[in-house]
Amino acid sequence: MTLDTVIFFISAVVAVFGATMMISQRNPVASVLYMILSLVAQAVIYIQLSALFVGAMLVIVYAGAIMVLFLFVIMLLNLRGSEDLGAHSSPISKVTKYVVSILLFVEFVFVIKSVIIGSPVAGLLTTTPPVDDFGSVKSVSMLLFTKYLYPFELTGILLLIAVVGAVVIARRDKADDVEDTHSSTGTEPAKTDEVVTK
Amino acid sequence: MTVPISAYLTLAAVLFGIGTIGVLMSRNIIILFMCIELMLNSANLALIAFSRALNMMDGHVMVFLVLTVAAAEAAVGLAMIITIFRNRETINIDRYSMMKW
Amino acid sequence: MADYLYLIPLLPLIGFLINGLLIGRLPKPVISLVGCGSIGLSLVLSLFAFFELRSLPEASRLIEQVLFTWVPAGSFHVNIAYLLDPLSAVMILVVTGVGFLIHVYSVGYMAHDPGYGRYFAYLNLFTFSMLTLVLADNYLLMFVGWEGVGLCSYLLIGFWFEKQSASDAGKKAFIVNRIGDFGFLLGMFIIFWQVGSLDFTVVMASAPTAFVAGGGLITAACLLMFVGATGKSAQIPLYVWLPDAMEGPTPVSALIHAATMVTAGVYMIARSSALFIMAPDALMVVAIVGAATALFAATIGLVQNDIKRVLAYSTVSQLGYMFLACGVAAFSAGIFHLMTHAFFKALLFLGAGSVIHAMSNEQDIRKMGGLKKHLPITYWTFLLACLAIAGIPGFSGFFSKDEILWKALSSNHGHLLLYVVGLVTALLTAFYMFRLLYLTFHGNERMDEHTKHHLHESPKMMTVPLMVLAVLSVIGGYVGMPHVLGATNYFEHWLAPIMASETGHGGEAATDLHMSGAGNTTLELGLMFLAVALIVCAILYARHLYLNKPEIATRLRERFSGLHTVLYNKYFVDEIYGAVIVRPLIYGSVFLWKVVDVVMIDGLANGFARVGQDMAELFKYAQSGRVRGYATVFVAGVVVLVGYLVMR
Repeated sequence: MTLDTVIFFISAVVAVFGATMMISQRNPVASVLYMILSLVAQAVIYIQLSALFVGAMLVIVYAGAIMVLFLFVIMLLNLRGSEDLGAHSSPISKVTKYVVSILLFVEFVFVIKSVIIGSPVAGLLTTTPPVDDFGSVKSVSMLLFTKYLYPFELTGILLLIAVVGAVVIARRDKADDVEDTHSSTGTEPAKTDEVVTK
Repeated sequence: MTVPISAYLTLAAVLFGIGTIGVLMSRNIIILFMCIELMLNSANLALIAFSRALNMMDGHVMVFLVLTVAAAEAAVGLAMIITIFRNRETINIDRYSMMKW
Repeated sequence: MADYLYLIPLLPLIGFLINGLLIGRLPKPVISLVGCGSIGLSLVLSLFAFFELRSLPEASRLIEQVLFTWVPAGSFHVNIAYLLDPLSAVMILVVTGVGFLIHVYSVGYMAHDPGYGRYFAYLNLFTFSMLTLVLADNYLLMFVGWEGVGLCSYLLIGFWFEKQSASDAGKKAFIVNRIGDFGFLLGMFIIFWQVGSLDFTVVMASAPTAFVAGGGLITAACLLMFVGATGKSAQIPLYVWLPDAMEGPTPVSALIHAATMVTAGVYMIARSSALFIMAPDALMVVAIVGAATALFAATIGLVQNDIKRVLAYSTVSQLGYMFLACGVAAFSAGIFHLMTHAFFKALLFLGAGSVIHAMSNEQDIRKMGGLKKHLPITYWTFLLACLAIAGIPGFSGFFSKDEILWKALSSNHGHLLLYVVGLVTALLTAFYMFRLLYLTFHGNERMDEHTKHHLHESPKMMTVPLMVLAVLSVIGGYVGMPHVLGATNYFEHWLAPIMASETGHGGEAATDLHMSGAGNTTLELGLMFLAVALIVCAILYARHLYLNKPEIATRLRERFSGLHTVLYNKYFVDEIYGAVIVRPLIYGSVFLWKVVDVVMIDGLANGFARVGQDMAELFKYAQSGRVRGYATVFVAGVVVLVGYLVMR
């Protein structure tokens, strides 16, 4: 039992625990916090795998920025687990969903077992030491700005589009404002529509 | 290093499975969204593991790209959630059914 | 040499384009100038072309102008080319000459019509088409002109399309003509099949080798082309459209439905004389149909009361004469009559137009009478035309009609019966024309006071063409004086080079006919006097009946009321066609509409749509709107796919 194994097990258990708690919370704020926990544990595993830059990115961008954005939205919408989400769907559908998910997991494990173990890749991780500079900012950036320059530039465009799209989607129309100030009629048609469809 | 690659891949599969269950079971759209992020991250984990095993950092770049996509997705998705919530006053995904027949 | 030939049809086309594209934007004087000017220039050019042709030696009187290749499809090669020979020279003179006079007349007649520009555009288009028809150097280009004049006829019959009867008449003319065109096309196909070309010169030259004389193919080709001719030239059984065509403006009736277009069939047969001469059976059919039509239409003309309808039936009857001439292989006689008929029938129609104009659009001759003193110029010109059509010696109709009658008896294809029918028709023609004259211009004034008050002679613009045509009606016949009177038949001699005859082509034909004429001088003279005497009697009888003793006419009508009814209703031909052809067609169409279209085709299409709709109704429940349900199905799909890949 080396230190590596211990670190891996602790991190893995924390990551799975965080993920499990995340999906089982009623309160979305708690969910987000458990998700951050899971992400931090995963970042530890990244660093263990010599992916220093990406591990740092995961903490800074994911845990730090995106999860905070989630929190911000939850606060903005004023959701504290107060909303009653109503009765759960039927047991049959619940069981179906579990069965489907577990089947998918089983298939993955089967693939890992039958394909990865026994292939040349299987032992590489434990036998080959990492090359110099593996996973450092410098080496990753070298790749990013040479071999993957075009995908990198494309992600820039993607982000720009996402920003513009988010602004356009979330923007309140002037007309809506006027309506809202008079009364909450904006929600009324939706509710009647709900009744009709049910 | 003494931990075999299969262990990392199994951890990724576990996280992916939890994410799947979360997507299928959760009725809160924000949690559902986070589950999708979790599934993306499990894929990232697999990429990192293979990257280390093969001593190629292309996997890191892929993770970087996935992170960007996740960020973009989160931004647009949350904007949509805000807009829908404004209209329907709910985050229950089962009630977002106005597009059905 | 005659490089300007293409200008003759082109000028009216330019006139049409100017007037047609600028409808409603040109002032009336400009329209008139363009309309008449283009035809006038064509007339001048036609005269030049005629004299140039005449200056050539007899054997080489043929000017061909190839403009460009139109259809180069394998062995099928057609040019846009114009051919000027003695026959087409005569035709372009008639078309542009009479056409020009009628254009001028129209300026006065249509002066107050709101569709003035449209009218002249159509008229110019018609002249272009007609000139293309007669100048074409192959059957296909001729067919283009043939269809073009049919189109213009349709447009001009339905000129006052806001009137239901006018647009109906236009459609009737168009549809009936289509039947004939079908035959023409098929005939053309047979010719191309056998000869490999549609050029007149090639076809006529190679016809004796390409066809077996009197064989089935040539007979079929000729008969099919004759079907086309019956449609265009209003012969039995396709004549029904012409009387209805009188719904159009009267100058149109004069130009299209009397002088030029309806003679296209005669022209076509004369043009194909080399083919027809090889098919004696077809010639016989032509002669019989022509004679039958002449008699048939003349009997109907006896009792009609509409001034234009009388003239329309007279036209049908005279066209029958022309076909009778063609049918006895006297093609030049047919063309001769075509020319004289163009003069006096155009004059008659224009005179009738003048009367109608004066009578505030009244066409019923029972409400006329005594117009002689109100419309002196119209009366005198009308009288001259009546004398011409009746065949009084000295007038143009006498020469052409007499030649046809004589040929009907003396030609190798002739027969005593044909002669008798022709003679009877001549008598009937004289009778009904003078009935028309007496009822219209003599006797009591039967119109109401209001109309009477407005009676006036037509303006100069209309009377001058009348006078010119009257002069032509009188002197037009002197170009074709019979040999028997000691004169030279210039007209026949002129056409002889291109008219086929039994003995061959060219000059031989003329001498041959000359000899056959010379051998029977006494007989010919005797028959001539007989005919004239009978015609004079018919005229006097008409005078007696309708001028002196109108009550006798009434009594006669009562005594033969059955016959009168049949004649008055035109032998119920329209009704018979309606019952035998039109009604079954309508029933068939209704069947196709109600059963095949609505039930079967629509049912099939709607059925497919309904199946799709029902399926959608069934599967729409899969579209529950529950996002997590979709996700579950999606994941299940992934499971199946991955499972398949793993298990493989």
